[in-house]
Amino acid sequence: MTQAFRIENGGLINKDKKLSFKFNGKTYLGYEGDTLASALLANGVHLVGRSFKYHRPRGFFGAGVDEPYAVVQLFRNGETEPNIKATEQELFEGLEAKSVNCWPSVNFDIGAINNFLKIFLPAGFYYKTFMWPKSFWYRIYEPFIRKAAGLGVASTKHDKERYEHKYEYCDLLIAGSGPSGLAGAYAAAKNGAKVILAEDKPRFGGSLLTSDVNIGNQSGKDWADGIVAELKKMPNVVVKNRSQIFGYYDHNMLVMSEKVSDHLPSTKKYHPNKRLWYIRAKEVLISSGSIERPIVFGNNDTPGVMLSSAAKEYLKVYGVLVGRKPLVFTNNDSGYETAIEFKKHGVDPIVLDSRKNPESEIIDEAKNLGINIKNSYVVVAAQGYKKVKSADIASISEDKKQLGKIENIQCDCICVSGFWTPTVHLASQSGNKTKFKEEIDAFVPGQSKQNEITLGAANGVFSLEETLKTSFTAGSELSKKITENDNKIAIPNVVEKKSSQHDRFWCVPLPKGKNYKRFLDFQNDVAVSDVEIALREGYRSIEHVKRYTTLGMATDQGKTSNLNGLQLVSEIENKVVPAVGHTTFRPPYTPVSIGAIVGREVGKHSKPTRKSPMHSWHEKNDAVFVDAGVWLRPRYYKRGNENLFEASKREAKNVRTNVGVCDVTTLGKIDIKGPDAAELLNRVYTNAWLKLPVGKARYGVMLREDGIVMDDGTTTRISENHYHMTTTTAQAANVLSHLEYYLQLVWPELNVNVVSTTEQWAGAAIAGPKSRDLLQKLFPNSDVSNEGLPFMGYMEGDLFGVKARIYRISFSGELAYEVNVESDYGNFMWEKIIEVGEEFNIQPYGTEALSTLRIEMGHVAGSELDGRTIPFDNALEGLVSKKKDFIGKRSLQRSAFIAEDRQRIVGVVPLDKQTSIPEGSHLVKDDKAPLPNPKLGHISASCWSVEYDNPFSLAILKDGKNMIGQKLFAMSPLKNKVIPVEIVSSHYVDPKGERVRS
Amino acid sequence: MLYINCPHCGMRSQNEFSYGGDASVKRPELNKEVSDQEWDNFVYNRKSLRGKHLELWQHISGCRQWIKVERDTATHEIFRTFKADEEVA
Repeated sequence: MTQAFRIENGGLINKDKKLSFKFNGKTYLGYEGDTLASALLANGVHLVGRSFKYHRPRGFFGAGVDEPYAVVQLFRNGETEPNIKATEQELFEGLEAKSVNCWPSVNFDIGAINNFLKIFLPAGFYYKTFMWPKSFWYRIYEPFIRKAAGLGVASTKHDKERYEHKYEYCDLLIAGSGPSGLAGAYAAAKNGAKVILAEDKPRFGGSLLTSDVNIGNQSGKDWADGIVAELKKMPNVVVKNRSQIFGYYDHNMLVMSEKVSDHLPSTKKYHPNKRLWYIRAKEVLISSGSIERPIVFGNNDTPGVMLSSAAKEYLKVYGVLVGRKPLVFTNNDSGYETAIEFKKHGVDPIVLDSRKNPESEIIDEAKNLGINIKNSYVVVAAQGYKKVKSADIASISEDKKQLGKIENIQCDCICVSGFWTPTVHLASQSGNKTKFKEEIDAFVPGQSKQNEITLGAANGVFSLEETLKTSFTAGSELSKKITENDNKIAIPNVVEKKSSQHDRFWCVPLPKGKNYKRFLDFQNDVAVSDVEIALREGYRSIEHVKRYTTLGMATDQGKTSNLNGLQLVSEIENKVVPAVGHTTFRPPYTPVSIGAIVGREVGKHSKPTRKSPMHSWHEKNDAVFVDAGVWLRPRYYKRGNENLFEASKREAKNVRTNVGVCDVTTLGKIDIKGPDAAELLNRVYTNAWLKLPVGKARYGVMLREDGIVMDDGTTTRISENHYHMTTTTAQAANVLSHLEYYLQLVWPELNVNVVSTTEQWAGAAIAGPKSRDLLQKLFPNSDVSNEGLPFMGYMEGDLFGVKARIYRISFSGELAYEVNVESDYGNFMWEKIIEVGEEFNIQPYGTEALSTLRIEMGHVAGSELDGRTIPFDNALEGLVSKKKDFIGKRSLQRSAFIAEDRQRIVGVVPLDKQTSIPEGSHLVKDDKAPLPNPKLGHISASCWSVEYDNPFSLAILKDGKNMIGQKLFAMSPLKNKVIPVEIVSSHYVDPKGERVRS
Repeated sequence: MLYINCPHCGMRSQNEFSYGGDASVKRPELNKEVSDQEWDNFVYNRKSLRGKHLELWQHISGCRQWIKVERDTATHEIFRTFKADEEVA
């Protein structure tokens, strides 16, 4: 393939390295340093896609982030990514891309029929048309819209790429490496400030890469290269290309997306694809430059119509001619610079200038080169469907309302310049209220809100000399404040051409009898007529006009369309632009890939996985694990072909008949020390704690201030001023914060310290009628008899040389103990228990058996303590002290909490003693009652009772106290079940609690 | 993301803290007779202020101290921070 539009000499690309790539299945060649856009243009490809609504042919309009058209589907290393701007995507060997938004192909697109029906697709068409009949929506309208609309297609595969997050701090962060950014960075770096310089493009230098200027007797580009090389050598400076600062957040936090690997055929091993930087900067210099805006004319979306600055960039940076018969249409001097570049490469441009008689150095140079210049001339309409073939041009009256006789001239591209719009996005995001600057017809940043300053073109200053002067000074001053160094820097001599005033002209009137589409927003197909309709229909606020017409809502976020939209609204409304105002600039400035935002927190890394010290034993012994918060706990230990039901039943039964051991390391543990420890417990628990003797444990219930149960657990008095508190696994962190809150803020006079010891202790619950025999063998030197270690007793013991804490507490309702050792000895303890327990037929049991055991005993857990229940509801009112005050006590007097028919925990047994009741089922009186069937309560937990060998459930039931013996229905519409049930006591097994005391 | 000056640790990012609500709320003393209205005000009723607001934060991934932060709820500007036991003048 030949690159017919590549010039012999010139461009910053590496012509020694050819790269082959595919676009829409066809192979082309480009060079290292190309973008996909420049490489396609070098091959004369101008048709890259179809527009969003009318499916009109689309080419290239810009050369960077502002590109509204050239959005492609990219294929790289077996992955695909949608909505990539061809103007930003760097070329690599083997790159593949396809057009989006066209079906069946970019050259023949069925959706383009919309183009001929466009009279039916004005602003608000979708809102008005697809409203009725309602039943049509899912079957007809939505599939139609989905097929016809939309850009690229997201991959449904798991993304193999890696994304990183990085936190960074600096004295001065600089957005943009144009003249302002480089000068600011250099001055600040020389003062020893910690500087981060971010450039979104691969090349540093910004406008200096394409402008014809001289700084300190060098070309602008050479000067930029020199500064960058020097900055890179300085240890206090981070220089980053391919890095877009896309958001300015509170307290000078800015976020930058660094494309680490997108320019490579595949990501290097151990490298991320993208890196997201969270940067906290003391000062921010916004040197984001400006974006050229178009002039609106008929068919201005035809491929071959592009920004004049883009044409210049393709020529100077990439050595590509966007056409051989260019027409330049301008209202300011910038168009002449492009025309001069064409002329220098042997191409004869025609310049149409809307101004009557402009005079400046640049225009003089153009004239001297013999460029054909037509003053007071405009492009009325572009002609050609898939590519510009000619242009209808005409002279225009001084008031810009009357067109002269229309002539048609041949051309193959139209380079348009409607002057420059400062990129104020970052400043605006920081909270800076922008102000309208009449001289440039655009908004610039106003008063600084955070520690930010905007300079250069981004501040509406287009003179290089002034930009360099202000930026060097700002860099020095800002860094001097921080580092207290004051190294003077000589500001280099600048040679640039003075330009003349631009023409306040942005839209060519329609000639009589013609109804050309004049587009404002190229990606979303919003034309002048759409905005006119919106205003006619009563939309006034610019925010409403935006949403109704979708002006500026596409992936380019209106970078080229916003200001012309405002001009139009202000003209129709007869207001000045600042009175119309602009829509809010929100981050991100450019699209950021979801992967970069998520970073490493995907899959298993989305949360930490906590494992007990006995985890590897569980694994080796066929444990099936379950997530318990961030912990992994054995749910059951699988033997042979057992399923969950069979295994948990076996394990629970073995606890009831022999002895079982359960890993309870995950329970929250808090060490409480200090002379006022008992007083603290007495205030946070509902029951009395002042008289608990040393060596004894007590069960306690904790409330929130609103009277709802927060947590339960046992606390043991280890010594006079030392307690060991346990919490549920889920509430461990909240309980610690809760205690800290009261100790630090409410009762600072209490002399108590609390600290989490969850990780420090490994725990094993030994439960079952044979647990004491086993314990005696584990601790042969301790007296673990019922007298020596009674129920709720505590002692320390020696476990084969390891110091252990032994608590006689029970969650299973059996005779039971909990043994704790320091975590490092957890596995040792576990293996000893299994080894010694063999003669008592010990079996490990998981959370499923644990649940069975506690449910049939009527012990409450998280499913009952669900943030909606008070102690009474859980049959825990016996633990609520009437004598003392405690957190949440006053709330228990609320009328709903003392109502006669207050909800309460009950047991539920199916009448057929066979059908398990799904958790979450509702209890109702009449299963045939019309919906909504009044709900009396809900099933909180279900199990298969191993004691009675039938299903058993717990429920929270209205007036539960008086419902024992009643027959109700458990209904689960989700599982499609209706089960007749009987209400029984929640204490299904051993209601007197004799076993735990045996 | 806010940048909060922990009086114990110095400037730290918001993701090290957890929010704890209005710092001006005083818990009624224990064992004191409290009217329904007074208790309701303590437990439930909060003003949703626009402007300067004294609030509690806990430096949960740091020193674990509860601190008071004077912040503008509209602009997010933080004026001063205090230790739990410091009087706010």
